[in-house]
Amino acid sequence: MTDATSSLPRRAAKKPSRLAMLTTRFAENRLAVFGLFLVVLAILAALFAPWIAPQNPFDLATLDIFDSMLPPGSTGSENGLHYLLGTDAQGRDVFSSILYGLRTSLIVAFSSVGFSMGIGLVAGLSAAYFGGALDAILMRIVDIQLSFPAILVALVLLAILGQGVDKVILALIIAQWPYFARTARSAALVERNREYILAVRCLNLSAPRIIARHLLPNCLPPLIVIALIDLASSIAIEATLSFLGVGVPVTKPSLGMLISNGFEFLMSGSYWISLFPGFALALVIMGINLAGDHLRDILNPRNS
Amino acid sequence: MSTDMMSKETRDADLGAPVLKIEKLCTWFDTREGTARAVDGVDLELYEGEILGLVGESGSGKSVTGYSVMGLIDPPGRIAGGRILLDGRDLTRLSEEEHRRVRGKDIAMIFQDPSMTLNPTLRIETQMIEAVRAHEACSTAQARRRAKDALDMVGIPSPEERLRAYPFELSGGMRQRVAIAIALLNKPRLIIADEPTTALDVSIQSQIIYELQTLCRETGTAMIWVTHDLAVVAGMADRLAVMYAGRIVEVGTTKEVIEQPGHPYTRGLMGSVPMHETRGRRLARIPGATPSLLHLPQGCSFRERCALADKACTRMPELAQHHQAQSIRCWHPGETDR
Amino acid sequence: MTQTPHLALVPGTAPAAAPAPETPVILEIEGLTKSFISTPGLGGHIANLFGAGIKRQEVRAVSGVDLSVKTGEIVGIVGESGCGKSTVARMLAGISNPTGGEIRYRGKARSKMTRAEREDFALSIQMIFQDPYASLNPRMRVRDIIGEAAVVHGYVTRAEMPAYVEDLMTRVGLAPDMADRFPHQFSGGQRQRIGIARALALKPDVLICDESVAALDVSIQAQVLNLFMDLRDSLGLTYLFISHNLGVVEHISDRVVIMYLGRVVESAPTEELYARPHHPYTRLLMDHLPTLSVERRTHRPIAGDLPSPLDPPPGCPFNPRCPLATDRCRSERPALREVTPGHISACHFDDTSSAEIR
Ligand SMILES: Nc1ncnc2c1ncn2[C@@H]1O[C@H](COP(=O)(O)OP(=O)(O)O)[C@@H](O)[C@H]1O
Ligand SMILES: Nc1ncnc2c1ncn2[C@@H]1O[C@H](COP(=O)(O)OP(=O)(O)O)[C@@H](O)[C@H]1O
Ligand code: SF4
Ligand SMILES: [Mg+2]
Ligand SMILES: [Mg+2]
Repeated sequence: MTDATSSLPRRAAKKPSRLAMLTTRFAENRLAVFGLFLVVLAILAALFAPWIAPQNPFDLATLDIFDSMLPPGSTGSENGLHYLLGTDAQGRDVFSSILYGLRTSLIVAFSSVGFSMGIGLVAGLSAAYFGGALDAILMRIVDIQLSFPAILVALVLLAILGQGVDKVILALIIAQWPYFARTARSAALVERNREYILAVRCLNLSAPRIIARHLLPNCLPPLIVIALIDLASSIAIEATLSFLGVGVPVTKPSLGMLISNGFEFLMSGSYWISLFPGFALALVIMGINLAGDHLRDILNPRNS
Repeated sequence: MSTDMMSKETRDADLGAPVLKIEKLCTWFDTREGTARAVDGVDLELYEGEILGLVGESGSGKSVTGYSVMGLIDPPGRIAGGRILLDGRDLTRLSEEEHRRVRGKDIAMIFQDPSMTLNPTLRIETQMIEAVRAHEACSTAQARRRAKDALDMVGIPSPEERLRAYPFELSGGMRQRVAIAIALLNKPRLIIADEPTTALDVSIQSQIIYELQTLCRETGTAMIWVTHDLAVVAGMADRLAVMYAGRIVEVGTTKEVIEQPGHPYTRGLMGSVPMHETRGRRLARIPGATPSLLHLPQGCSFRERCALADKACTRMPELAQHHQAQSIRCWHPGETDR
Repeated sequence: MTQTPHLALVPGTAPAAAPAPETPVILEIEGLTKSFISTPGLGGHIANLFGAGIKRQEVRAVSGVDLSVKTGEIVGIVGESGCGKSTVARMLAGISNPTGGEIRYRGKARSKMTRAEREDFALSIQMIFQDPYASLNPRMRVRDIIGEAAVVHGYVTRAEMPAYVEDLMTRVGLAPDMADRFPHQFSGGQRQRIGIARALALKPDVLICDESVAALDVSIQAQVLNLFMDLRDSLGLTYLFISHNLGVVEHISDRVVIMYLGRVVESAPTEELYARPHHPYTRLLMDHLPTLSVERRTHRPIAGDLPSPLDPPPGCPFNPRCPLATDRCRSERPALREVTPGHISACHFDDTSSAEIR
């Protein structure tokens, strides 16, 4: 708004229902809808992997060593399986491995984001509501942690904790809760001084009750966006860690580990072993970001 | 200043052609639930140097009337009919580009919230110079001098300092005065002031009223002052127009409307103002709330809240002359409550 | 102000009588003070090493306010924004702690109350806020907004709550079948009634209305003002009615307190104050009050805005804007004196012979 006199007034639209309006506005952006479609597709694929996958890549009995390193579109010599995306060095169907790898990646991402959001919310809302020393201490911890990249924190932790899906999740929770804590706190600081919070303080309700029933629901929208975006970065960090060999164990490969497994063959022409898991990873992350970015725009009160 | 109101005839003779003439203006909003006729057949006239108070409850269509004149109606809104003549030129036929040239030059608007006008990230002087140069080729130094004069005019102390300030460094009242100065920059023919003092303290409000009133008299600028509070415009406006549910229900000189209000709604508004005479008593409130524009009663829109309503009121009354310059849209104008 | 005889006033309702002098004092404050202190913080300290000069700042939002409110009385508090009205209200409502001074409720000092007494006191004083849009939790149904605290504090059981809420809604003029809706489905006036019902749910003795009608249209404002008067009659409530609008306060209050820059500058029974305003600030406020009079008003421009409470002027806090200011006003702060019985004012032009109050 630079031309002062021709600026358009911001008018409050008459809203029918908030959810209906958000849905409509979300659907207006095709890219975001496409992103959401990718995310839903990935979740369904991960959920139903055992039923969709032509082969259980971790059941050694179904593997055929003679089928190793087959290019995409080959047919298995004995079992007659159609290897849509080719096979790897052990003769595993790459398509099936991707479905199962997606499973591991998404489990790690969802559980780490879920827990770090929970911890971040409690810490951030309490810091904002009580202020004072609690706020100062919590926020110093957050500041210190945020001055290191999340991946570095996770890497160091895994070096100490060792390998394992649960360890990766724990490392990611510790690495990521400060983001939620900081966002929750800044949202809560704004809400805390709104009159409805003052009003319930007049009613002498207990602090936990005010935080849980009044502050939390009103601070959630920005956190949902952060959670979505964080989902993408969790997947990426986990993939990086697994690629580096400090993440998930070989028995439970994730997309990152699949990429790592095929890496050594990339130069020898068997590009598919790494490339297709890489595509899958990129598509999921892109989908989340497309949907998340648009969601952030429509949830931002300044844009509505 | 004479407190006598000129009769309609002498006024027409003295003032010549109106600066603004709104004829049968209709501004409608197409919403999911139906078409909201926010402004429905409004007629208004405004002469040089005249102040018109446009009064009504919120949602009655006062701001939409102002936005229509400014050319600020966006979809789902549309001007569904009527003409807006500024010095004889029909604004409803202008292209967006032509409108942009009129806006801020010939017509300026002052909003309730000065942040509608002021960009928080730019110095006052940057914004004011830009506003001058958007409409006129002149040097930065000339534009700056104009900006300083405008700040002087609205009674801002040490304007030189204020020019260098950012909006957040000023108090609310000071920000509103800067917004008013910006409106005055290009010596507009018409100012639309949309509740400019509603958020301010009375002392600042009365100062702003005083300053704008003096300016209109001195420069011949016409002004529409939008408010929900009759008391604010009673001592300032030359004429009053009372709006209800998108229509003008009463219009006349301030003296006529305040001293002999003819429409039951106008009388209700006046009885709602708490003051010395009402002390210790109940206020004569208007029952109910503003009806939704989508579910207006058939006939007179005020029927369901009106103490005088009878069978006749199920047909829409026309705005008819009641007393000299005073016109009223009511089947029972001037009758007292039964 | 000219008489406007055509005004359609409801006849027959006699002016509510001000409480008799022997009515007990329900709420009393003495020397109430609140300072907001901003310290430089870590960043500021570092910036100071480079010569930023960020200092510890103290805002005296309220300094030494005395006030006593009788049972059933409506006391109006008037002043421009920033003069500390809301800060006083919040300290009384118990959502902000005083820096100094004492609050007494039914004769008992707040500092000497037991935990239970203090809780009881907190529930007895309820507040009605200004903004009908910001003062209700947008994500809660009206039933819960009104009834939550009554259940939590054991006034009613969860099962009795819906009926209790419906009763309250009827009392404040809302249709009880709207209890399932969310705040955004109500108009501004209706939302304000929801806020009133929420406060009444705790059966308070005192309602503090902080600019509670300022954001409403005059027609809706009239409805809410009438509701306040009705509730006083039916529930015997005591009000502290905060407003920057002298007209509203004159209409509703028995006694008016004028505040300026964190201090009381004048206080008197309403009729007396409006008939014989003493302090130049009160007179200035009255001059600027818009009325339903068509007389063109000549305005005496006021010199400048309210000074910053960060840096109050020496002497009388009003001296930079006062038309009567003398050298004495610029150096010595006038004390509150009784000018006529029950009428106090803090100005050097007050009758210096009258007894000093403090
Ligand atoms: N963007 C919009 N979309 C739909 N309806 C609108 C919009 N803007 C205004 N309206 C309608 O126009 C009516 C009049 O609004 P407005 O002119 O702002 O009232 P006032 O200024 O008198 O308070 C409102 O009741 C509303 O229903
Ligand atoms: N939380 C706070 N921190 C710092 N200053 C405050 C705070 N609350 C109020 N103030 C200051 O106290 C003064 C009085 O404020 P307030 O009581 O809100 O005035 P009023 O209600 O009369 O407009 C103002 O100058 C304001 O800036
Ligand atoms: S036309 Fe009838 S209903 Fe409408 S205002 Fe007049 S008397 Fe009332
Ligand atoms: Mg408006
Ligand atoms: Mg306040």
